[in-house]
Amino acid sequence: MHNISKYFPGVKALDDVTFNLKKGEVHCLLGENGAGKSTLIKILSGALKLDKGEIYIKGKKVEIEKSQDSKNLGIGTIYQEMNLVPSMTVIENMFLGDEICRNISIDNREMKKKAKAVLERIKVQIRLEDLIKDLSIAKQQSVEIAKSLIFKKEILIMDEPTSSLSDKDIQELFRIIKKLKTQEVSIIYISHRLQEIPQIADRITVLRDGKVVNSVDVGEVNTSDLIEMMIGRTLEEYSVPQKKKIGKLALEVRNLSKKNKIEDISFKSYKGEILGFAGLVGSGRTELMKIIFGADKADSGEILIEGKSLKGNSIQDAIKKGVSYLSENRAVDGLVLGMTISNNITLANLSSVSKGFVIQLPKEATTSKKIIDKMRIATTSIEKIVRFLSGGNQQKVVVGKWLLTDSEILIFDEPTRGIDVGAKAEIYHLINDLADNGKSIIVVSSDLPEIMRICSRIIVMKDGKITGELENNEKTTQKEVMQFMLGDIKP
Amino acid sequence: MIKKILDKLGILSILILVFLTLSFSSQYFLKTTNLINIMLQISITTTLAVGMTFVILTGGIDLSVGSIVAFSGMSMAFIHKLLYPLSDQSIVQFIIGTFVPIILGIVIGAFVGFINGIIISKGKVPAFIMTLGMMSMARGATYLLTDGQFIQLFPDSFRYLGNGILMGQIPVPVIISLSLVLIAWWILKYTKFGRYVYALGGNREALRLSGVDIVRVEVWVYVISGIVSAIGAIILVGRLNLCTPVYGNGYELDAIGAVIIGGTSIFGGEGKVGKSLLGAMLMGMIRNGLNLLNVSPNVQLVVIGLIVVVAVFYDKVRVKNLNS
Repeated sequence: MHNISKYFPGVKALDDVTFNLKKGEVHCLLGENGAGKSTLIKILSGALKLDKGEIYIKGKKVEIEKSQDSKNLGIGTIYQEMNLVPSMTVIENMFLGDEICRNISIDNREMKKKAKAVLERIKVQIRLEDLIKDLSIAKQQSVEIAKSLIFKKEILIMDEPTSSLSDKDIQELFRIIKKLKTQEVSIIYISHRLQEIPQIADRITVLRDGKVVNSVDVGEVNTSDLIEMMIGRTLEEYSVPQKKKIGKLALEVRNLSKKNKIEDISFKSYKGEILGFAGLVGSGRTELMKIIFGADKADSGEILIEGKSLKGNSIQDAIKKGVSYLSENRAVDGLVLGMTISNNITLANLSSVSKGFVIQLPKEATTSKKIIDKMRIATTSIEKIVRFLSGGNQQKVVVGKWLLTDSEILIFDEPTRGIDVGAKAEIYHLINDLADNGKSIIVVSSDLPEIMRICSRIIVMKDGKITGELENNEKTTQKEVMQFMLGDIKP
Repeated sequence: MIKKILDKLGILSILILVFLTLSFSSQYFLKTTNLINIMLQISITTTLAVGMTFVILTGGIDLSVGSIVAFSGMSMAFIHKLLYPLSDQSIVQFIIGTFVPIILGIVIGAFVGFINGIIISKGKVPAFIMTLGMMSMARGATYLLTDGQFIQLFPDSFRYLGNGILMGQIPVPVIISLSLVLIAWWILKYTKFGRYVYALGGNREALRLSGVDIVRVEVWVYVISGIVSAIGAIILVGRLNLCTPVYGNGYELDAIGAVIIGGTSIFGGEGKVGKSLLGAMLMGMIRNGLNLLNVSPNVQLVVIGLIVVVAVFYDKVRVKNLNS
């Protein structure tokens, strides 16, 4: 791939990226969330169209406009989330969309022959008639790989294939990958698990902010170098957060667990403090916050607000005791997009503008107007439908909605995802103001520089557990936090 | 420009168009008696459409309204026949022979709606399936109640609700249905419950995370649908002085049709009860017009069905445009 660029409104997702893949090699793509890895492979697999640049396969220039083109060029993609139909059999899944037919009927014998050959090739034993939902995750993944290999594939893209596998299953996957290498299949491998890369990769390319930082052979670097490349020098650009006056204990979580989500979580959060939760996507932070907010149920453990225990699994109770949760995806569960700004702002506390069960419309209007001014939401009218606002303004509506509930503890889950720089600064400013007013703030963010910039204390989570906790001061580095995020990484 | 005005007026523009067309093509259409007749004919559809508007605003559907009409109607008739002969004093007869059966009928309608709502909301059974099942269950229960027999001959106080006349020429059912529209409009615009109905259809999860008990909102919506179905039954029984187990057959299509033609989104969250009234009026006018023009009732069925599908198709295109 030569000089690939891809633009999204407001951001350069990929900026002049050049990337090459040799025959029979495993090439690892590294980078933080949002560095551009996914965009790059989506272009290769035809899910996105490139804006600029050229792609060559075996020296021949090719055009990839849709996923069928990518398939025909011998590129197979295995996504992070499985793309199998659980209620269908292994063989039906392997040939889904590519059924071999004789006249108009499906040629089962021919399909079986081919499927067996492929499974033999990667030395995996699976009964073709088994239903996908009855297989283990690892076996399901083998089916995915086998599926991508049925039609002669020379390039295989794997997006975080080990993210849901146990250690034993990972070794099985590596065995398959090594087998494929000897058969001259080239593999692009994306992973966050730095410790597994030396085992499997030949070369590594690190991306950051849509640009290639470096391409190196795996022997040349250790994990510490890789982390540095991933973070870059962005560290100096961010100032240390303001010193906060830490007040009384606001929230205490004791030994909170939920099967397969979080394990034995305990922490405290204080008034006037901005507590950051760092970690990779899927490390259990959002699940934890949803449990604290009562939107989900814990198996065991206790949540105390100023010493009083929460009922658990009751959003009403959490709100009553002063907890707000600003969800990570405002369009999915934060806002009613088809309603007006005003109606969204008052939704979580309609009682404040009502007499009994009747809403006082004029009072609602003045209350909303106040919030809109305070949040500086750019709009011509309080009656504007939220769908038509920009991402930043939508986020401000969400914040405004929770301001109205007069909460003492505000949980911000990815507060600045998908909003522009200017709006980001305003949100940071607001979070700081809230903390200064004695609120207890919790920020969950996958954007490490953001955490470093606003939080006074940082808790790091990995695989549902707290792996580290550190004060954020002049001496704290992103590298330290990153080490907790990625787990045990002795170079 | 014209398109913008049409979009703004929506259903109203079509209503005016049909009104004008019919005024010119039939000399009887514009007569006061005919117009009042149309309103009387659509009064039950309008009544059911009020409840259906609530249901569809939350993103649900209630296919059982026709059967609830039959079941609550038959229950009223049954209770009436049980209690009426117990006294020959006229005031007591009114209370136990008319008032009590009507109230109990409404309670029964509400109860059937409650069962719908609780199983849909708590049991997570799709509204379509639940109310389809209830459509059959309530109908079956109606037959069981009187062994398939009809009940007839009701006292004047009962019949008044179906065929009384107020202010010289306005039928009581028209007053009842329009009052229900007015009450529903007020609830949707001015109460917390009304706001939650819109939010539930617009974004269920956002409403839940706002700390609102969404089960309560959703159950109430089906209860309302059950209540107005029972009111529909009162009108029907009173008007025809007869209750048979086949009452209400196919009413769900008319009610859903009125709501959808009125522009309430089948996906929930957007719409107005006033427009459901316009939708019912449009269907009523078209039926009436086709009658006056001597078009066979069979053709009318095809036309009404077609309008409903076109209205939903239009809604789908509109939503797609919004999202892109």
